[in-house]
Amino acid sequence: MTDYRDLTLQGIWKNNPALVQLLGLCPLLAVTATFINGLGLGIATTMVLIGSNVTVSLVRNIVRNEIRIPVFVMIIAAFVTIVQLLMNAFTYELYLALGIFIPLIVTNCAIIGRAEAFASKNSPAASAYDGLVMGLGFTFVLVVLGGMREILGAGTLFAGADRLFGNIASNWTLTLFETDSPFLLAILPPGAFLGMGLLIAFKNMIDARIAARETTVKEKATRVRVTADA
Amino acid sequence: MKLTLSSSPHQRVKRDTGQVMRLVIYAMLPGIIAQSVFFGWGTLIQAFLAVASALVFEGIILWLRKRPIERTLTDYSAILTGLLIAISIPPTLPWWMTITGVFFAIAVAKQVYGGLGFNIFNPAMIGYVVLLISFPAAMSLWLPPQHLASLTPSFLDSAALIFTDFSTTGYDVTQLRTVADGVADGVTMATPLDTLKTDLTLGITYSESLLRPIFSTGLFQSAGAGWGWVSLSYLLGGLWLVRLKVISWHIPGSMLASVAVFSLLLYMIDADHYASPLFHLINGAVMVGAFFIATDPVSASTTQKGRIIYGAAIGFWVVIIRVFGGYPDAIAFAVIIMNMVVPLIDYYTRPRTYGHQVTKKARRSE
Repeated sequence: MTDYRDLTLQGIWKNNPALVQLLGLCPLLAVTATFINGLGLGIATTMVLIGSNVTVSLVRNIVRNEIRIPVFVMIIAAFVTIVQLLMNAFTYELYLALGIFIPLIVTNCAIIGRAEAFASKNSPAASAYDGLVMGLGFTFVLVVLGGMREILGAGTLFAGADRLFGNIASNWTLTLFETDSPFLLAILPPGAFLGMGLLIAFKNMIDARIAARETTVKEKATRVRVTADA
Repeated sequence: MKLTLSSSPHQRVKRDTGQVMRLVIYAMLPGIIAQSVFFGWGTLIQAFLAVASALVFEGIILWLRKRPIERTLTDYSAILTGLLIAISIPPTLPWWMTITGVFFAIAVAKQVYGGLGFNIFNPAMIGYVVLLISFPAAMSLWLPPQHLASLTPSFLDSAALIFTDFSTTGYDVTQLRTVADGVADGVTMATPLDTLKTDLTLGITYSESLLRPIFSTGLFQSAGAGWGWVSLSYLLGGLWLVRLKVISWHIPGSMLASVAVFSLLLYMIDADHYASPLFHLINGAVMVGAFFIATDPVSASTTQKGRIIYGAAIGFWVVIIRVFGGYPDAIAFAVIIMNMVVPLIDYYTRPRTYGHQVTKKARRSE
């Protein structure tokens, strides 16, 4: 029996592919100049992750151990091609904006990592769920980083939402402030590295707070028992 | 005869961090004064702004990190960082850009790494590079030296430019940069390094470029107007620091020598397209860089041999980036590149401990 609660927690927080495993950093840092680009790549990666996880899990008992990695890569490549064609058909402008980073999802270590570490050892249903939460965890970081960089760099949020959601979203862009000299650093790659570092630091800070609270609770509990024994 | 007895330690530290930093600040004064004389009140206003915000950011972060605030603030390192940023940026840079640069210098480059003594990169240069990358247009808007400008901003004008983007009479920085050229009615004037770089891309040779007013009214032929005096003032302050043994001669000496050697090599290959060594030494930030920036005791190499390698490599990068790179000046980039290599340099230049490791030569003579 798979513990779905634990899987969720692992994917979104404890073992987040971007913040903890630090996998798939190349697309993460390259495309997160805006919120919508981050969301688009996040959704694409999640779709590939679910598809590849289910397929790998289905063939896990057929594929010989020695050749499993090439097989996994081919499965992932097939799903990336599917997603790429879908985006080309339905979200053409986003497809152009993300450019080379859609085909590069094949090389995203987060995906082959999950195929190897989880899907090749678990049932299709559990693997699908793992792909979903891992993808959501990855998307979450992409979106937060993209939002941060877009606000700092351009003063807007949700710019280009119509690329992903169609014409309804054409007026979703929020302009927080107007500037003649945008903070280019946030949009350039160094800004992605700095933003990523700050996000990781922020996550570690929250974890440290939680850990500190848990230890104080435990200490109190032991003291109570000691007094009771005496 | 009376012998005085004293208990150990017999050798005391001559100067503490605060004293060293103060001496460096005093040594910068001639340069800062020269800069204000030639480029207006802006430099002084920026210095005040940068130092004040450096102290505020340092204080806030020390408080967040639960470190002693007063002791660290009085070591003058934050003040020095603020001053170095203030002299590197254009005097009319908008106030919020200055503060952004200082924030990155103090909060990110210094305190995130653990505070003074733990920063691998020179904080002031990180702040400067952040500004240069983020606001390339604003960071290259230097006003012409005052005697060439058709409009010289007063103190109030400078303050108004920094805080509101417009002088009290309603001019912005681009309009104030316009000077009478003789050829056209008015042309905007760039820094000496900018001027040469643009001219070379236009197919104008180095010697023809030197005929422009920014060079022809300078201290001597290849020194930019105003810039030559500013560089010499920093050189003076720097030599005073070497004399006081606040900094050793190794880094500035090897850096200046290496700038001269590499630019001379290029100049000898093609004097039309590469500037003379003197041009490279006197224009831009080479003098400030050699004596005040590269010598930062925390982020520079610590061994004697290492310092020579470190300084020479900075000089090499300065010439390479200036001549072949996209940016006109290169001190900040060169220093940051070499900051990264310092652990490696220090590793390979560790001095021999007395009595250890007999050298090959000594062994052969046995």
